[in-house]
Amino acid sequence: MSGPNTSFDPKQVAALDGAAIDAMVEDATAAIAAASDLAELKGVRLAHAGDRSPLALANREIGALPPAAKAEAGKRVGQARGAIKQSLDSRQAELEAERDTRVLIEETVDVTLPVDRDPLGGRHPLTTLMERVADVFVSMGYDVVEGPEVEAEWVNFDALNIPPDHPARTMQDTFFVSSSDSGVVLRTHTSPIQIRTMLDRDPPIYVIAPGRVYRTDELDATHTPVFHQVEALAVDKGITMGDLRGTIDHFAEAMFGEGIRTRMRPSYFPFTEPSAEVDLQCFVCRGESVGDPDNPCRTCGSEGWIEWGGCGMVNPRVLQAVGIDPEVYRGFAFGMGVERTLMFRNGVSDMRDMVEGDVRFSLAFGLEA
Amino acid sequence: MRAPLSWLREIVDIPADQTGRDVAERLIRAGLEVETVETIGEGVIGPLVVGRVNQFEELTEFKKPIRWCQVQIGPDTINGIICGAGNFTEGDLVVVATPGTELPGGFRISARETYGKTSNGMICSERELGLGDNHEGILVLPEGTAEPGADAKPIIGIGDEVLDIAVTPDRGYALSIRGIAREVAIAYGLGFEDPGQALVDLPAPAASRELQECATEAPDGCDLITMRTIVGFDPKAPSPLWMQRRLVACGMRPVSLAVDVTNYVMLELGQPLHAYDKGKLKGVVRAAWASDGEPFESLDHVQRVLRSDDLVIRDDTGVIGLAGVIGGLHSEIDDETTAIALEAAHFVPEVIARAGRRHKVSSEAGRRNERGVDLDLAPYASARAAALLMEFGGGEYVGMTAVEAPHEPVVVPLPSSMPEDVAGMDIPGIMVVRILQAVGCGFEDETADVLRVTPPSWRPDLTDPADLVEEVLRLIGYDELPSTLPTAPLGRGLTPAQRIRRRLGMAMAARGYVEVLSYPFVGDAELDVLQLPADDHRRVAPRLANPLSEEQPYLRATLLPGLVSAARRNASRGHVDLALVEMGRVFQGDVADEGGARPGVRARPQEDEWSSLNELLPHQPHHMAGLVAGAREPQGWWGPARWSSWADAIEAVRVIADVAGAHVDVERGDDPVFHPGRCARILVEGRPIGHAGELHPRVIEVAGLPERSAAFEIDIDAVIADAIAIRPAPEVGTQPVAKEDLAVVVDSDVAADTVRAALESGAGELLESVRLFDVYEGPQVPQGKKSLAFALRFRAPDRTLSAEETAAAREGALASASAACGATLR
Repeated sequence: MSGPNTSFDPKQVAALDGAAIDAMVEDATAAIAAASDLAELKGVRLAHAGDRSPLALANREIGALPPAAKAEAGKRVGQARGAIKQSLDSRQAELEAERDTRVLIEETVDVTLPVDRDPLGGRHPLTTLMERVADVFVSMGYDVVEGPEVEAEWVNFDALNIPPDHPARTMQDTFFVSSSDSGVVLRTHTSPIQIRTMLDRDPPIYVIAPGRVYRTDELDATHTPVFHQVEALAVDKGITMGDLRGTIDHFAEAMFGEGIRTRMRPSYFPFTEPSAEVDLQCFVCRGESVGDPDNPCRTCGSEGWIEWGGCGMVNPRVLQAVGIDPEVYRGFAFGMGVERTLMFRNGVSDMRDMVEGDVRFSLAFGLEA
Repeated sequence: MRAPLSWLREIVDIPADQTGRDVAERLIRAGLEVETVETIGEGVIGPLVVGRVNQFEELTEFKKPIRWCQVQIGPDTINGIICGAGNFTEGDLVVVATPGTELPGGFRISARETYGKTSNGMICSERELGLGDNHEGILVLPEGTAEPGADAKPIIGIGDEVLDIAVTPDRGYALSIRGIAREVAIAYGLGFEDPGQALVDLPAPAASRELQECATEAPDGCDLITMRTIVGFDPKAPSPLWMQRRLVACGMRPVSLAVDVTNYVMLELGQPLHAYDKGKLKGVVRAAWASDGEPFESLDHVQRVLRSDDLVIRDDTGVIGLAGVIGGLHSEIDDETTAIALEAAHFVPEVIARAGRRHKVSSEAGRRNERGVDLDLAPYASARAAALLMEFGGGEYVGMTAVEAPHEPVVVPLPSSMPEDVAGMDIPGIMVVRILQAVGCGFEDETADVLRVTPPSWRPDLTDPADLVEEVLRLIGYDELPSTLPTAPLGRGLTPAQRIRRRLGMAMAARGYVEVLSYPFVGDAELDVLQLPADDHRRVAPRLANPLSEEQPYLRATLLPGLVSAARRNASRGHVDLALVEMGRVFQGDVADEGGARPGVRARPQEDEWSSLNELLPHQPHHMAGLVAGAREPQGWWGPARWSSWADAIEAVRVIADVAGAHVDVERGDDPVFHPGRCARILVEGRPIGHAGELHPRVIEVAGLPERSAAFEIDIDAVIADAIAIRPAPEVGTQPVAKEDLAVVVDSDVAADTVRAALESGAGELLESVRLFDVYEGPQVPQGKKSLAFALRFRAPDRTLSAEETAAAREGALASASAACGATLR
């Protein structure tokens, strides 16, 4: 940048007349319009708005004018420069937009390319199903409790009113650890967790116990020696079998949808008295496939009901064995097989799929079955 | 228990329009689990007639013997029929399917050319008729059953329905037609005349003959034994057809009259009976405890060794039966037995259950005796059996001897309001009484507040008030129960450990790991694959006494075998790029063979009893393990694959710690499962909790895994125990950051993390973070050295750092690293 050109001869200021300046603006405008790309426009900008452009030169001369002429010349030159700058800016914007459009189009990619560099893994559906069950009960105020899988025979059987030589022991084919006299077994059900909980806490007790259990069945399409159960236990004053039924109804609706009904059939478990089997109304056909051979239901085999679990009022003998006074407290318990539930809920047709660890199986369920 | 509907109808007047399914529905609602309702001979379409084989000709020119029979199937009709069976003679009555009839399985009979003759129909076996499994020959009907041409269907029971009931251990009485009929009567509100309380008239005993004596020397195992003697019995006499048909319908095979009668009466009334050949007995037959080591050969030809708490039946020759379970080989009746001693006894159920389990015998008698047989039934049942034996086999009744130990009558106190309290609905006291009376219970005073209930002799399961409540509620019907909700106290949600385990499951899945749930059974072979030395702690695990496979008798002390086998299975199915994870319990330490004393169940166990029970158990921590193999990121349009490596395994552990909110340290480790130079030991608070790294090349080779497969296994309980409960908020400074890069040269074997830690400790409070971003070994640094480049970030909470402050902090870091690891500035 140069300073005021004080040595400039004020006499040679012909260019400051109006016509000459208008011509300069015209030239510039034409050149700006003619610039076809940003590089050309850059040249035009230099030529018509740069330090050596005619208008810039004219501007320098203003200082040499007599004071009376200064104002008018300044105004004229200023307007001219403003007009050129505006033309330049607007052409610049035009050309930039053109360039952007062209370049960004050139950068187009195929967004349908597979982007599976870092695919999601999968959780085992048995795990997430147990979590789902736990959530329903936790929302009702229950705690989730756990216990050891290798369990004392006393806890697994004796305390649950299954005496050593009772035929009920053979209802559950048992893995013995070390020897049949060790007093240690792989737990055959989640019910020993009830015992541990009742020994550990005072009533009222409202808990849910999910876990892995063992029976000596060979693996086939419908049996597995290692499986999972979830069991609910409530011990409180004034608990009734109606409460048991209501709890199961609520649970069934939470799991399988509004309006799903349940049915209780009398049965036998040593640790509950009275005892019942629980059937779930088929959540697919809701019983409508019964007697309608044209619309068979695969989920319930057109029976309308699905065998789901076992339940009952905690046998007072069990309360006695853990030191809870059965004259004061009653309880109910409800348990169900998780594998079985997954089989009918998600249509798993072969138990082996759940145990083999084939990634295709768990991946299909993502983060929640 | 299989119960033919026709047999039930004989005892209970079931309405004629009720089908087997209708009856089953009622029984299910009352608590008997009817599994199936079958129709005998279902699938037989068209006529079946009784035929008489007038004569036959043996055709010998074929590979097997063939008979060309002339069978009379009507007064004037004789059909020629080809038959391949040989178990009949001329004059025998048989069942003929005439042309046009269809047998079960869609097998249609037609007149056809075969073996050079035109066979006009078929002489049927039991199996062909869908009656049973017997296909050893054709079905021969006893002489006099019916005239040739008669409809054979009602004679052989075709069309009758059979209810198959899975009887629970508490309901021994339902292992009889009598017991089921009682339930049917209650379910329909019908009258019931108990065939188990009807004493059959027997002829006056013939005192001239010798009576078989019996006794019990073990009243604590056998509290009632009865013995009836019959002589002059015809061992060749056949069982009547109706009896045979009922036995078959109930799933038993007719054998001989004497055996069939004992089985029949057992099915009918529920009392197991045993018929001895009296001629083979010596002295008094008595129930007694066995001696330790005493031998016994049971009628299934198994040599057994008895123990002192086995209850046996013995005579002067030795043990002749494992009481209530299985008879002995040498006193069995045979086809020459003419003198029968018929035993009916009552045994203590637990004794029978123990023997059945110990000697692995499952018998019809054992199933009933171990559930508890009607205490009063033995003399009634044996009278019924004796009468049947003599009706069909002749003979002379000699009489009965019986010995009974005294027993206390059971009285159960039941508050009359208890059923309604338990149910949560109104149940009038009189209804309680009426229902229990239908079950067979007696009352001292029907109006008492606390009812004193005497359960019937056939319900030894009714011992507690709760048992009676169940009877009342099941017979009212569980459908009647209200649906109410209890008010649980306010909950606290999941425990921190439960929440962390869930988060871990989610986080690992989000990072591409697939969860597997392996069986926890392992064997030496799998542990050998892991190259574990003999004294490795992972070989010290509980052993199962009865494993499913002798190849896998141990419980897992490590999760790795399950992951390795899952990886191999996936690979064999075409999935070699894997990231597997498992979280589950492992089992550490031995379990003793002898368990010691067990607490009682009448009261809470004492503290010391409870702790000694728990001391029996092995340590069972939760572990988490993962295995990565093949491509961690696949090859794609973006470029080549990124292969799984030791670093992925360690990264997984770091992620786990971060997710849990715990802090783990990583140091160079050595574990036989891992590559000796690529194994990290993971520590929490200085305590090792597992390992991570590349698997040992030998493990990879033996297991058949992809090269460079990596794994980790850590004690997740230890991680969770270290997890911070409430994470403090950081100071988020808004002053500008000052960044300094620092490259230092150290000996090649210095661990990068040691350098990092030294830098961190020397950099002072202004240090915000330090991160290693480059490692270099090569010509630019001296041999045996490496260059580590760190990015340091400094920030003050209250001001812009001056260049001098930053430089000083950087110098402090470098000085610390020099002192700790001999680091020099590069």
